[in-house]
Amino acid sequence: MILTALTDLWNGFGVALEPHNLMWCFLGVFLGNMVGVLPGMGPLATISILLPLTFGLKPVGAILMLAGVMYGAQYGGAICSVLLNLPCHPPHAVTCLDGFPLTKQGKGGVALCLSVMGSFFGASWGITEMIFLSPVLVRVALQFGAAEICSLMLLGLLAGSTLARGSPVKGVAMTVLGILLGIVGTDINSGTERFTFGLTELDDGIELIALALGLFGIAEFMNSVNQQANIDTKYSNVKLSDMRPSKAELKRTIFPTLRGTIIGSLCALIPGTGPTIASFVAYATEKKVSRTPEKFGTGMIEGVICPEAATHSSVQGDFIPTMSLGIPGDAVMALLLGALMIQGIAPGPQLIKEHPDIFWGLVASFWIGNILLVLLNVPLIGIWVKLLTIPYRYLYPSAMFFVCIGVYAANNDMFQVGETLVIGLVGYILLRLDFHPAPILLGFVMGPRFEENFRRAMLLSRGDIGVFVERPISAVFIGLCALLIALQVYVRLRPPKRSAAEVAVETAAVDPGGAGGLARVAARTDAPQH
Amino acid sequence: MLRRLIHKRDFYAGGMLILFGLLAALKGPDYGPGTLMHMGPGFMPTALGVILILLGLAIAGSSLATPAGVDEQVLPDHPQWFAWGCILASPLMFMIFGTYFGMFPGTFMCIFVAALGDKTQTYKSAVGLALIVGVAGTALFSYLLQVPMPILSWPGGGL
Repeated sequence: MILTALTDLWNGFGVALEPHNLMWCFLGVFLGNMVGVLPGMGPLATISILLPLTFGLKPVGAILMLAGVMYGAQYGGAICSVLLNLPCHPPHAVTCLDGFPLTKQGKGGVALCLSVMGSFFGASWGITEMIFLSPVLVRVALQFGAAEICSLMLLGLLAGSTLARGSPVKGVAMTVLGILLGIVGTDINSGTERFTFGLTELDDGIELIALALGLFGIAEFMNSVNQQANIDTKYSNVKLSDMRPSKAELKRTIFPTLRGTIIGSLCALIPGTGPTIASFVAYATEKKVSRTPEKFGTGMIEGVICPEAATHSSVQGDFIPTMSLGIPGDAVMALLLGALMIQGIAPGPQLIKEHPDIFWGLVASFWIGNILLVLLNVPLIGIWVKLLTIPYRYLYPSAMFFVCIGVYAANNDMFQVGETLVIGLVGYILLRLDFHPAPILLGFVMGPRFEENFRRAMLLSRGDIGVFVERPISAVFIGLCALLIALQVYVRLRPPKRSAAEVAVETAAVDPGGAGGLARVAARTDAPQH
Repeated sequence: MLRRLIHKRDFYAGGMLILFGLLAALKGPDYGPGTLMHMGPGFMPTALGVILILLGLAIAGSSLATPAGVDEQVLPDHPQWFAWGCILASPLMFMIFGTYFGMFPGTFMCIFVAALGDKTQTYKSAVGLALIVGVAGTALFSYLLQVPMPILSWPGGGL
């Protein structure tokens, strides 16, 4: 078993090292690293913008590039947090707490160098996990019938919507809305047109690209326009010679890296708990383990390394359920699955067997991409920091153009530009009403498959809804769903003792521009943590 | 009572969900719900609509039970009506100018109008940005990516 995995991985390296695939991988991580540094642009918006451009590519190249944007952005986010105290990407918000004080002490370069190394270790662990765990998961999942798939999807949707940020009830509501949006168009079973309101353009359903660009493009621009803080680049002059850590510092980071990696990989295994939760849990743990917890917030290198390693290990681990089961844990993964579906590749347990080049090529490209990122990050930090001086007033209008032309180019259809506009407006209203739009995408991508399997399960069981609890595997999933809901209710009913970490997650999440989040995160640093 | 509700963000949030839910639940049965064994195309929409209404009621209801939070305003502190209008008008400009005058005018107007939304923007820099990105973008999409849209055209022929 291990041997087959290693042989497959070897072939994967063959795929990933083909010159054109290598180029797409490099382009992906490069763009990802860039948008990771830029405040106000996230990996979600970037992947959505790039999505229409990948239609002409082969599926392998497309997925390598889009995935590269995802993990590349994580490296960039750390630069932003440590050198500028800008928590522009939620997983890295917590890195600011100790990263920026270090920068003020002139140790920003060392902190970044060590965090890049920790990140690489975390990512490598996540990839190794993917290599050995995915085939096992697939073997189990291939035995699943419609009822099991359906319950598993329900668990994935519930976890994705309740464990992410914000109110769980609102998360579930957004997922349901997403499934409803996925229903628009011609029903595959009966040919009935649903919710098209007589518009023939909607017969094929709402376009994934229009939805993603509306929610993460237009709505986000409306949210961050004229909200940008002045960026203080006073401390950000980092020379290569500043980055060399001393032996003592290296030794200090070994255990935090290991702890962060383990926390991250555990968080990746629980669907729905992505890198953001992993990094906050890691910070809290590190503080608890430390002999000098009171020093956290004043520039403890452990407080930078541990969350960063956790983020990266969790980001790579998130690909496991996505690629092996076809169940995405968050919106980025849903978008990547959507990209595969546009290329005509059905996600699910059969993917690894039917398209080994995609799966193993992707795994191999993770390693290549991470090595590229380490090489890109250490010497080029100065250039990345320069990027931050690009004002938002140039950034978002250019991005608007990419949004419009991207949606148009997907189908050469102006109607979809209008569709994006409407979705963007509704998305912004939802944002203002404290809804997080990410679960919409999750529901949208999973919805049609959920409905199909639900209908099939009902047909096979002759209309007996009890089938979901009578079949043992399905019953376990349903039980986990119930447990999840019970836990949420328990947490809600407990007296509200919110940790500083949670508060910081929410502020960072509400303020992707990072303008106001910064002050609030800083203000809450002294709040008691439990 | 009503006054308290008006100042609650969650009240509107719940209301919006109920609206979406009603739309789905009332329209869904038209598509034929079928039976549990042979589910029709209307089953899922109706069921999801009902769930959405219930969630909406829960959210709006809980806004009654909890004290007001720090930030209950639906609009942000400094509403950017002009900027929002610019961002929303930008795709419209792309649609209108792109359809009638071709890709370059569409691109130019799209970027120009969006750029006006920023408070620190000047007309000059907005035009400059629109020109630079417009030329580069048109070259990229028209020549390299072969998007079938004329670069310049005139409604009713010409050019």
